[in-house]
Amino acid sequence: MATTAFEPVISTAWGTPQSWTMDAYKKRGGYQGLAKALELTPAQIIDEVKKSNLRGRGGAGFPTGLKWSFVPKDNPKPKYLAVNGDESEPGTFKDRNILTHDPHMLLEGIAIASYALNVHTCYVYLRGEFKFPAERLNQAIKEAYAAGIFGKSLMGKDYALDCYLVRGAGAYICGEETALLESLEGKKGWPRLKPPFPAVVGLFGSPTVVNNVETLSSVPHVFTRGAAWYAGLGTDKSGGTRVMCLSGSVNRPGVYEVPLETTFNQLIFDDKYGQGLPAGRKVKAVVPGGSSAPILSPDELDTAMEFEALKVKQSMAGSGGVIVMDDTTCMVRSLWRIARFYAEESCGQCTPCREGTPWQARILRKIEEGRGEPGDVEQLSNVASSIAPYPPIGLGNTICALGDAAALPTHSFLMRFRDEFEAHIREHRCPFGDKPWGAFGDWS
Amino acid sequence: MAESLFTPEEQKKFDTEIAEILSHYPADRKSAAMLPALRLMQDIKGWLPPEGLKLVAQVLGVTPERAYEVASFYVMYHLKKPGKYVIDVCTNLPCALRGAEKMLAHLENKLGLKAGEANERFTLRETECLASCGTAPCLQINEDHHESLSRAKLDELIDKLS
Repeated sequence: MATTAFEPVISTAWGTPQSWTMDAYKKRGGYQGLAKALELTPAQIIDEVKKSNLRGRGGAGFPTGLKWSFVPKDNPKPKYLAVNGDESEPGTFKDRNILTHDPHMLLEGIAIASYALNVHTCYVYLRGEFKFPAERLNQAIKEAYAAGIFGKSLMGKDYALDCYLVRGAGAYICGEETALLESLEGKKGWPRLKPPFPAVVGLFGSPTVVNNVETLSSVPHVFTRGAAWYAGLGTDKSGGTRVMCLSGSVNRPGVYEVPLETTFNQLIFDDKYGQGLPAGRKVKAVVPGGSSAPILSPDELDTAMEFEALKVKQSMAGSGGVIVMDDTTCMVRSLWRIARFYAEESCGQCTPCREGTPWQARILRKIEEGRGEPGDVEQLSNVASSIAPYPPIGLGNTICALGDAAALPTHSFLMRFRDEFEAHIREHRCPFGDKPWGAFGDWS
Repeated sequence: MAESLFTPEEQKKFDTEIAEILSHYPADRKSAAMLPALRLMQDIKGWLPPEGLKLVAQVLGVTPERAYEVASFYVMYHLKKPGKYVIDVCTNLPCALRGAEKMLAHLENKLGLKAGEANERFTLRETECLASCGTAPCLQINEDHHESLSRAKLDELIDKLS
């Protein structure tokens, strides 16, 4: 458990004047982590990151230092760093804040990682819809070139480093690391089979590390304050803090940086965070880590929002997107919305996902609109199982995890709210009528 | 081909910016510049006309079919000329929980269009997540983001569009 008093790491500067500029960043100690890292050898930098227990913040939670150590040293090809800023998982909106308020923190992380990995070209891949964050990041990149961070000489060292921003064009699948690489190569985002993993055969056939925006933004702090300090903020297996995104039926949705041992109940009800639900409303279900994460029941909300604790609950911490549904929310309609997303975003490469995701959405729409028939729930369950059986998590029938992501919500909604699906079919209508969305669904 | 596609100013912008884009990639990997090159073409022309796709393909040394394959995969490229204002409304779960379905219905009434339809002035689309779940409901007009939209705020926003 944490050995150091909690203090925010990632969100410290959000909302402060001109927080996105190089001047403001340097005034709050920016780029000192890079200076310290450059006194070390690349191998020592990777060791420090391993000691910090930093785990990837994109969804899978893989240890970052270990990922960096997979890049082969003896491969003569150029090495690449690809930053994953394709934040598109419903419920997740943290990277957007980092890019908007503190882009230099990411750039400092990029510089440290690049030096450690012998990378001379880094591509930051942002989702296409992020126009404003892209403008802020582009401005920061220009400042970093002018300040001698990027360019021919990394902070005076004989080390050239270029950093380019590439905007996607609206495809959720490009957040999957190999689809991201395909997209960076100018193709449609079709995920690649693994192995080989990108660390060995990645961008342009070269060794490539793909890291999430929040992951790399955490790296400077490992060097500014030390790996032990960073590790001490977290749990035994995971260092640092978590930046959680809270949305749905809560009084104060938003992005909150919290200690890893914080529970869902604290995030939802604490005055510092979500401030609970409107009077008279209770939690019905919570999506714990982006739309693909299996839902939790109200009696499971004393669980910590960290990787290991959620694995025990057969769910996942994912990308940190917590969506709260109150007791007047229709679960069939909620699942239909999620299913539509995966049907829309399936890249079409694997048959179970291409055919199964729209099939799920069609059955759900039929049930929600009161046209459901006996056997529909079983068929829905069968279709989901054809995409990815449940459990276990992560062993679906498709090349990438989008198949798992599309099937897991169906399995978990059916497991916990099967009676609601059956009531829709029995009554030939949605029991929630035209008010299926809970406390805040009546927009005005 | 290019002469009829671009005005002289547009040609200058394309030539300058495509050279900058290509400089970001290894010399033997020009085709990697496909997404930024298509974006540049769309920025200039407002959409991707067939001649524009052919020009991008030619500059990148690939077939026009390859450019079309990529352009048709991503939702932000317009292969048909859209309305002056492309409105993307997020109706995914977090936005739906904050009233996005009713907001879309209001917008459909106001514009006289169903989601998926277009006229010269507006293209109205339902979209899947704009990463504004904490400030839902939200939408995008062309590439500009608008969030925490009340009915009054939305009406004001739409009424201001020329």
